[in-house]
Amino acid sequence: MRSWLIHHLHSLKTAAEQFRAAPLATLFTVLVIGVAVALPTGLYVLLGNLDRAAGGVKPQAELTLFLKPEVSEAEGRQLAAKLGKEADVAEVRFISRSEGIAQLEAAGLADITAGLPENPLPHTLVVKPKRAEAATLDAIGTRLTGLPEVERVLMDSAWIKRLSALMDLGQDLVFMLAAMLGLALAAITANTIRLQIYAQRDEIEVARLIGATDRFIRRPFLYFGGIQGLAGGLAGWGVVLAGVQLIQGSVAQVAQAYGVDFALNGLALPELLLVLAFSSGLGWLGAYFAVGQTLRKVETF
Amino acid sequence: MIEISDVTKRYPGGHEALSSLSLTIEKGELVFLTGHSGAGKSTLLKLVAAIERPTSGHVVVSGQNVGRMRRAALPYFRRNIGLIFQDHKLLYDRSVFDNVLLPLHIQGMTGSDAAKRVRAALDKVGLLKKERARPITLSGGEQQRLCIARAIVSRPALVLADEPTANLDDAYARDIMDMFRAFNEVGVTLLISTHDHELIQRYGGRNVHLAYGKLVA
Repeated sequence: MRSWLIHHLHSLKTAAEQFRAAPLATLFTVLVIGVAVALPTGLYVLLGNLDRAAGGVKPQAELTLFLKPEVSEAEGRQLAAKLGKEADVAEVRFISRSEGIAQLEAAGLADITAGLPENPLPHTLVVKPKRAEAATLDAIGTRLTGLPEVERVLMDSAWIKRLSALMDLGQDLVFMLAAMLGLALAAITANTIRLQIYAQRDEIEVARLIGATDRFIRRPFLYFGGIQGLAGGLAGWGVVLAGVQLIQGSVAQVAQAYGVDFALNGLALPELLLVLAFSSGLGWLGAYFAVGQTLRKVETF
Repeated sequence: MIEISDVTKRYPGGHEALSSLSLTIEKGELVFLTGHSGAGKSTLLKLVAAIERPTSGHVVVSGQNVGRMRRAALPYFRRNIGLIFQDHKLLYDRSVFDNVLLPLHIQGMTGSDAAKRVRAALDKVGLLKKERARPITLSGGEQQRLCIARAIVSRPALVLADEPTANLDDAYARDIMDMFRAFNEVGVTLLISTHDHELIQRYGGRNVHLAYGKLVA
């Protein structure tokens, strides 16, 4: 256990020494990785903000149920309570006919309502699904249309469908970019490590001859790859933060012009941690492949 | 300690470095391996150290068949052998002390225990005062002594030396032979290749003579 710890500490130290030995080259590699990380991360942040901004504009994902005129208020409330217990329904609000007319009057339509001989509005239920997806909305809509108390179901899913399709497209783009640039990140690391192994050929050969295991030889390089990936991830985060800061002002101006208060969000902590875990993991992986492949070439036995 | 039976080593291209060679070396022996260059001395040492595998025949060292050894077992096997190279194979990016520390480090030994062992080894080869120096600043003889310190620091039962005195003048060569003698006296088995006959006559020990990959005497 103790010697295991010592080996790991030593590997860490060796990796750090390698950074110190070639600070400029390492800096450039870290920057390249940073840009590679920043592209998908930046797109992700942009998408998140877009979603948030659209959230203020888009109609709530909810269904409006107009009940049949013969359904009484008590029956309507009962139905609301029943629907509220269903698995995919988050909340049901009952609006009675009188409340409905009161809302219309409050909205400044008193002139019109005053001219009516009687209240023409039915009792209404507003159903909010647990998930604001077009599919869920559709499913609930079809089910509720079949109820005997219900006259008509009104749902505004086209809007949500369009928006979520766009968001899906954006997410696919993020994934694609992340996959491509992740591959690039691993390749960059693999290349750096390969050069390092060649530079340390003598040391590896001697270590092998006096009884070093493959793991002993591999470990510092893996640390190097992981740390370089981590540093690259941090650099990528920095690039995204700088980008957000850069356009924050103009976004605020646009928002103000629309009369909304909107500020761009950067990465949340869990998201940042995920990005860092990925970049260091990919660095480690790239190093692993490079070391495995190159060590076999340096093989003596 | 070492049993070589009917060993042939053929390199890619057809050159046969050793042909049907058999040789037994007992524990605690001091054996000189002589012969012209290309006679197969280095090849024999490499087979014993598991740096190369025999084409046919068996090489058994401390009861382990080197030719059949799994790759993963090699490092642990090599830790029991002290290797001394003609070209020293020192690491020039670190101090004398750190060069000798490397074998202990590989075995997971650090701290004051390791430092004590390193200093003891350096003391034996007379380099204690130079522990902070870089190997590049040492003379040829000192570099060879450093290589010896690195080979003995983990107290191996078997030491293999490939032309340890080849590039050294007579006084240095005698120094080094005295050291080997001292190791042998405390029970270490030594297999030393050399072409310096005079040296062997002066030091005694068993002489194994190779010519064209075959045992002559």
